[in-house]
Amino acid sequence: MEPYKNEHSNQTKTIRTGADLLIQSLMDNDVDVIFGYPGGAVLPIFDSLYEMNPSFKNYLCRHEQGLIHAAEGYARVTGKTGVVLATSGPGITNLLTGIADAMLDSLPLVVIAGQVSSAVIGTDAFQEADVIGLTTPISKHNYQIKNVADIPRIMNEAFHIASSGRKGPVVIDIPKNISEALVEGDYSGDFHLAGYQPTTQPNAGQIERVLEALTQAEKPVLLAGAGVHFAKANEELLTFLDRYPMPVVNTLQGIGALPGSHRLSLGMGGMHGSYASNQAIINADLLINIGSRFDDRLTGKLSEFSPHSKVVHIDIDPAEIGKNIKVDIPVVSDAKLALEALLEADAVQVDYSDWIDHCLAKKEDNPFWYYNYDQLISPQWFIEKVSQKTNHQAIVITDVGQHQMWAAQFYCQDKPLSFVSSGGLGTMGFGLPAAIGAQIGRPDDTVALFVGDGGYQMTIQELATIKQYNLPVKIFILNNETLGMVRQWQELLYDEHYSESLFNDGKNPDFVKIADGYGIKGMQISQESIVDEALEEVFAYDGPVVVEVMIPMKEKVFPMVPAGKGNGEMTGVKPI
Amino acid sequence: MRHIITATVEDASGVLNRITGLLARRSFNIESITVGKTTKEGISKMTFVVDLDSANSAEQLIKQLNKQIHVLKVNDITHQDIVARELALIKVKTSKTSRAEIQSLIEPFRTRILDVARNSITIEVTGGLSKVDALINLVKPFGIIEVSRTGLTAFVRDTSSK
Repeated sequence: MEPYKNEHSNQTKTIRTGADLLIQSLMDNDVDVIFGYPGGAVLPIFDSLYEMNPSFKNYLCRHEQGLIHAAEGYARVTGKTGVVLATSGPGITNLLTGIADAMLDSLPLVVIAGQVSSAVIGTDAFQEADVIGLTTPISKHNYQIKNVADIPRIMNEAFHIASSGRKGPVVIDIPKNISEALVEGDYSGDFHLAGYQPTTQPNAGQIERVLEALTQAEKPVLLAGAGVHFAKANEELLTFLDRYPMPVVNTLQGIGALPGSHRLSLGMGGMHGSYASNQAIINADLLINIGSRFDDRLTGKLSEFSPHSKVVHIDIDPAEIGKNIKVDIPVVSDAKLALEALLEADAVQVDYSDWIDHCLAKKEDNPFWYYNYDQLISPQWFIEKVSQKTNHQAIVITDVGQHQMWAAQFYCQDKPLSFVSSGGLGTMGFGLPAAIGAQIGRPDDTVALFVGDGGYQMTIQELATIKQYNLPVKIFILNNETLGMVRQWQELLYDEHYSESLFNDGKNPDFVKIADGYGIKGMQISQESIVDEALEEVFAYDGPVVVEVMIPMKEKVFPMVPAGKGNGEMTGVKPI
Repeated sequence: MRHIITATVEDASGVLNRITGLLARRSFNIESITVGKTTKEGISKMTFVVDLDSANSAEQLIKQLNKQIHVLKVNDITHQDIVARELALIKVKTSKTSRAEIQSLIEPFRTRILDVARNSITIEVTGGLSKVDALINLVKPFGIIEVSRTGLTAFVRDTSSK
């Protein structure tokens, strides 16, 4: 990627308007990139962007939903706040899915939406939508700017709120007349949020109780969630496990919190997690959850999740503690600071080696499994191949569905902050734009996107963005000509009524031609025998590639905990 | 069980909407809510009465309220020694014969008669929830035309008599 150059001007412009002030505030908050799409109510802001020669670059996507998923991908892999700029009305409503997605997955975003002029707010003006009303239930916080003098303070507050405590999206609604208003004097960006003081330091007494629990435990399990990534606590986690070796289960968003190839990793737990992980949690006498929210896809039936364990829950959000699972030792804290506190204390004597051996034997005896094929390609095997080819270090992006679970099971992610997936909201169409943001955030990393033929078509227009910025994303469409997860449930639970879930018999477009139409290299592979060669070509190629990987329609995700059942009732643990 | 919860909040635009929306979204059933200014500029006080099925949901409600940026302080004062009052306006049907009877019936409730018309009287009553409920039940047989209740407002007593 070429470094950004602004061809218009090299001089710093004076701040004349609210829009200028907004751009200046973005620079003051160390923003590197924003994702913006112009429109009527934000024309003054895009004009300032043109005039002011800011130190950050705007990336234009092809749909507002593309902007926000790109910002989410950027935030996930960099740990920084993603910034989105869109117009009023349809601009902001197109962002709603992404705001809800970021809220459920705790991704830091600042979303700036234009608004009609103050004088006509509430009159059903052209492209007016009630941004505050629409976004209050799905954002961490939101603002409507009513005075140009408030811009620096509100922007600073928004960045602070988005990126501290439990991170999340903050929405700023800025009427056009405020963007156009002339700046008169210096406005302070200072703020004090009396009602927002997140606890980040663990309570010393609780840390002592955790250490005591360690000495009493015989069968502890550590559950690593997204909080480990957000706190950048990966090193501390490794050190903790060196001192207190115990089996580790990760959540979907905790993939890579501990390297996938680490000796103590049992893999993902939950509905499509590993048998060894679920069994370890069920039989544990101590469960140490660091930064996971005990989501229902992880826990299954709550009463059977971990019935015998004392539960330690380390979380930055006190409202998560005790929400789903009864907690014995609550630790409201940043994951890194909690692990540091545990490591600063005098080491306690523990020996869980028999339990570790037991869990590792379970893992060894019950690996994720798949079949290979003469015609078509095994999707699980293919993902494993990509994992090997990229040394388990690529940034992996997924969309939502079967391929997402296969990626979670078979890509052995060794790097932190490198697994990007829509977990809480389960947003189809997330993958392609998220890959754009991830590649922009970490331009030197290999980005591999796994996406289904269904979700791919929900945001397929972003191929134009990939082409425009020549982002070398490697796109693997795992094409089974069906909405695979829907089809799987219909097969297993709805008497094989494939109601509106099949894309075969010519319902899908020619994905290679589409790539070609966007000026992107495309290929289709449908035999395992040519996969090695194809991957060699794909990863050697300096630029984006779309690879349509033809996989069997009837392939299912196993093992699986049926909905509403306990994690002890997995089906498909052994090959069927 | 009924919980009485008070919240001190910043008087920012939309704060009431944020809080009621939050409670509705998380399936908390609000029986009443009162809001008013405090003596401190920019700070308002809210009192909620909510029906909760477990202690755990009370804890969850308080934690969720505390996450709101504009919420400064939340207390569940249900089990504390509190003063709690609600005001209700009750319009009751009257006839020539019933008016005097109603007036004598409600007398121990320390009510005020705010309006008297040919066929109705309007009563103002102030008290705890049970007193207001009791008065309403008492006059119900005469025929209630309309009731308007403010909802409970409350705080903790300073000097406990116990």
